[in-house]
Formats: sequence, C-alpha cells, structure tokens
Amino acid sequence: MIWNEKIECATREEMEAIQSERLIKTVERIYHNVPSYRAKMQEKGLVPADIKSVKDLSKLPFTEKTDLRDNYPFGMFTVPMSEIVRIHASSGTTGKPTVVGYTRNDLNMWSEVVTRTLCMAGVGQNDIVQIAYGYGLFTGGLGMHYGTENLGATVIPISGGNTQKQLQLMQDFKSSVIACTPSYALFLAEVMKENGIEPESLNLKVGIFGAEPWSENMRKEIEAKLKIKAIDIYGLSEVVGPGVSCECEEQAGMHINEDHFIPEIIHPETLEPMPPGEIGELVFTTITKEGIPIIRYRTHDLTRLIYDKCKCGRTLVRMEKCMGRSDDMLIIRGVNVFPSQIESVLLEMSETEPHYLLIVEREGTLDVLKVLVEVQEQFFSDEIHKLEELKTKIKNNIQNTLGISVAVKLVEPKTIERTAGKSKRVIDNRKI
Amino acid sequence: MIVKQVSVFLENKLGRLNEVTHILGNAGINISAFTIADTSDFGVLRLIVSDPDKAKTILKENLFSVQTTDVVLVKTDNKPGSLAKLLEALNSEGIFIEYMYSFSKDENDAINVIRPVDIEKCMTVLQSSKDKLLFTDEL
Repeated sequence: MIWNEKIECATREEMEAIQSERLIKTVERIYHNVPSYRAKMQEKGLVPADIKSVKDLSKLPFTEKTDLRDNYPFGMFTVPMSEIVRIHASSGTTGKPTVVGYTRNDLNMWSEVVTRTLCMAGVGQNDIVQIAYGYGLFTGGLGMHYGTENLGATVIPISGGNTQKQLQLMQDFKSSVIACTPSYALFLAEVMKENGIEPESLNLKVGIFGAEPWSENMRKEIEAKLKIKAIDIYGLSEVVGPGVSCECEEQAGMHINEDHFIPEIIHPETLEPMPPGEIGELVFTTITKEGIPIIRYRTHDLTRLIYDKCKCGRTLVRMEKCMGRSDDMLIIRGVNVFPSQIESVLLEMSETEPHYLLIVEREGTLDVLKVLVEVQEQFFSDEIHKLEELKTKIKNNIQNTLGISVAVKLVEPKTIERTAGKSKRVIDNRKI
Repeated sequence: MIVKQVSVFLENKLGRLNEVTHILGNAGINISAFTIADTSDFGVLRLIVSDPDKAKTILKENLFSVQTTDVVLVKTDNKPGSLAKLLEALNSEGIFIEYMYSFSKDENDAINVIRPVDIEKCMTVLQSSKDKLLFTDEL
C-alpha cells in the first residue's frame, strides 16, 4: 500500500513545485530567526529573496554537526521553547550531544514520514510491530513508535536489549515486524538458535533495520536466518530521525521523503553539486521542520541518487545503501563514534599528544571497539597496579564519553604506525 | 644499599625481551638481575644493570618507555631460613614491600632486591639490623 499516493507518486515537476514553495518559506524562517544562519547567508551576500526555487538550493551555505554543537543546546531552534514539545539528542564529538527540538507539527510530520516508510516495507494495520530500537534521547525508538501508531498497527514498545524477553514476546505476542539495528537482528537469530527457536515457528515477516551501515551480504544472512524480508531504513536526528528514507518491497534503494527533506549529492572535497547518478556526499535540507530547520546538512554519508520511477510505482527519489563516509566517523552498535572523542579523553589524562589506534572488529554479530594506547613516559609506572588502574581509568573515561563499552590495550611506544607525521587512527576490520 | 633499578614497559609479544637484551648487550651494559611482572597483555621488565643511567638513555633512544626506580639491595646468607629472617625484620617494623625478587649469588650469598613503599624507613631498619648491606661493586 502507498500511504500518500499524491506525494509519493508525484511527477518531478509537481515535486519540485512543492519543494520550491517550502524551501522559500524555510529560508525566510531561518534567516529571520537563527543568527548563525543569517550570518552565514550574509557572508555569501545572500538574502532570502535570492532563493526563488529549488534550483537555487546550491547557493545556500552548508551546515555541519559542529554548527549544532557551537549553538548548543537550543541556539538553532527557530521557535520559542513554549512551542517545542519534544527534545532528542545524539552523541556529540566532545561530550556535548547534538540537540534537536520538535514542535507539534514536526512530530506529526515525522509520524507521517515513518508511516509512509512502514507502508513501503509492506507493513499494514494488522501487523504487530516489535520496536527494539532504544527509546529515549535516541530518535530510533520513539520515531518508529509514533509512525507505527499513526499507521494503526500494534506497537510493542520493548526498546533495545533484553534479548530473552524480546524472544518471549515475539513468540507470545506473535510479532510480525521487528525494528532494530541489523547487527542486533543477527544477534537475535543467534540466540534463537541457541534456544532452539525455529524461525518458522514465529510470525515474523518483515524486519526494518537501520541506524548503522550494513551490506547486501548481511541482508542475505538476516533473511536466511530469520526467514523474513529485511528492509533498510535511513535517518539521522539532525534531519528528523528514522524515516528520512526507506526501501520499498523491491529493495532497490531507499525512497527519500523529499517533500520534507531535499537531498543533494556533492563532491566531498570541492563541495560542488554532482550530476544525478554520481556517487558523492549526501546533503539534506529540511523544508517543513519548524523546531530546527536544517539547511544543506552534510551527512558525510557517501551514496548516489536514483531518479527513475520505481517498480513499486513511487516516484520519490531513491538513495542507494550508503557506501562509506567522507569523514572518519564510525558507527558502532548504532552509536556514532569519532576518533576525536577518544583523543580528547586521552588528552585530558596526559599533557602530551596521545598516540592511539582504534580497531573495530565484528565478533560474532556484535561490533567490538578496541582502543590501543601507547604507554609513553607520561603514562608509565614501574608498578603494575598503577598501570592496571590507568587502563581501567582510560576504559571508563572513554565509555562515559562514547556511551558504549570498549576494550583498552596498553601498547609500547612506536608500535602505532605514523604516516607523514599523522598517525593512522582507525582500522575497521568489519566485513560488512 | 640503594641502587637504581631500570624498568621497561613491554607488550606481551614475541621478541620484545630479546630486543632489550640485545640493545643493552651492544651498549656494553651488564645485566646482574632481571625479573618480569606480567599481566594478560603487558609486562614490566625490571633490571639491575651495571650502568642504569646509560641503560635508560639508550633504551629511550630506542623508543622504549623506561623509568628508573630506587630499590634496596640486601645480601643474605645462601642457606635455609635466612630470607625468612630478613622478612621478619622488615615485617616487625611495619615495612610494606611493593615487590621483591631474590637470587643466589654463589654457594655462600644470596641477593635480595626490595622495592619498599617507604625506602628511607626500610634503610633505617636494615642498617640497625644485623644483616649488612650489599654494595653494587660486590655484585
């Protein structure tokens, strides 16, 4: 079923007309309400009247995650707090989270786009949806929750973790849809096998997986092990949360809800817009959000856009599965991790520049982050217990900053390779 | 007597100890005693050498993390009960030992390397006891 056929199957001309009208309003709004946007536009010699249609989008300045951090917590909101009805936040680069706020209309819009994505995935009113994304500041849980309710399906708001209970409810409540990270789906499959639960004995038919990158191979594995259709959903809190885009049952790219979020592909270095079909960095501009509209937000995700009509009948532009990052961000168990976060933790603990290396492995189905830290003069002690304490302190401090557990290993100086004066910071051994 | 012990941070991997001994050997530094304190993924090598300052410098040049620590050398008779006697003397005066290691020098003498929490107090106790303190040149 197509939830909003008029929009989802609109012609390109119709879509561009909607986008142009909404973009003009958004630019007016941010120019007059957000000092940092106004300053950036003035720097480029732009006034709102210069933006006459969606074709003028590339004139506008970019927004980075650091802009949100610099204006922490509410500096980029365009409405008074009395109109904000919900706050979400994601992990930030130096301990400060990235904060977003939603008005009543924003939440309605968000529900609408999530409902569309559920329909794309083949979910209907009669389905029972087990939402195993985390509820709380993370957008995953609550975002999926209200979209599912809006559709009229049944929500099981179990949140993340507690695997035995997940399986019990899946059996007892006959969940037909599971929403979680793809790596957690594989973990569930593993625990099911250990507990002797046959996937055929369950009522599961669809999984909606997102919040971390996954490959076609992982899709095949999940589909084979859980006997379901595995659908990729994409979103980020800065844009709205889950529901920015999602695959339909054709599994041929994620349809972007582009009447709310205009996508662009830019060259990651020149920052120039790239022709349709080329691979580059994905950039989003929100055109209906009231709480915190965002202009040309650099996602740093690499992908390409497909403008052809889909077999499902939708004309919404599709984005391919993300093929990597244009920065050094890692996504580990659904949490965004920047090497700079770990660097700042180590810097706080010593006076000289720390040498460290992050190694990401997939052990079984879960990602494991190992942090190798060189024991230089400032860290070294002749006493074992002091070194053990140091190791524990590094581990705890990193965990407190990132919000995920890490394994710390102390290594000798010079063991971490230096390349052209700058150390290689990350080795990602995940085969995904 | 008090001597400088050289401590080196080592990862638990093949060839590390070998490298340290080669570096010291090539620099003409003699190793009188050494011990390794190890954990699951790293260890601390502790050495008594002929020239601790030179050993520290040369190991640092080879990018090892090195530290010198004052330790106490005590000679005991190489016969049953003498180590117990030494420890009893320290214990009765409340000397807490961070770590120690011992080896037989020859048929008559054994050498004990002690890292007490309070090195000055340890020296006072030893000097007032019957055991005489060993000097580096005797090693």
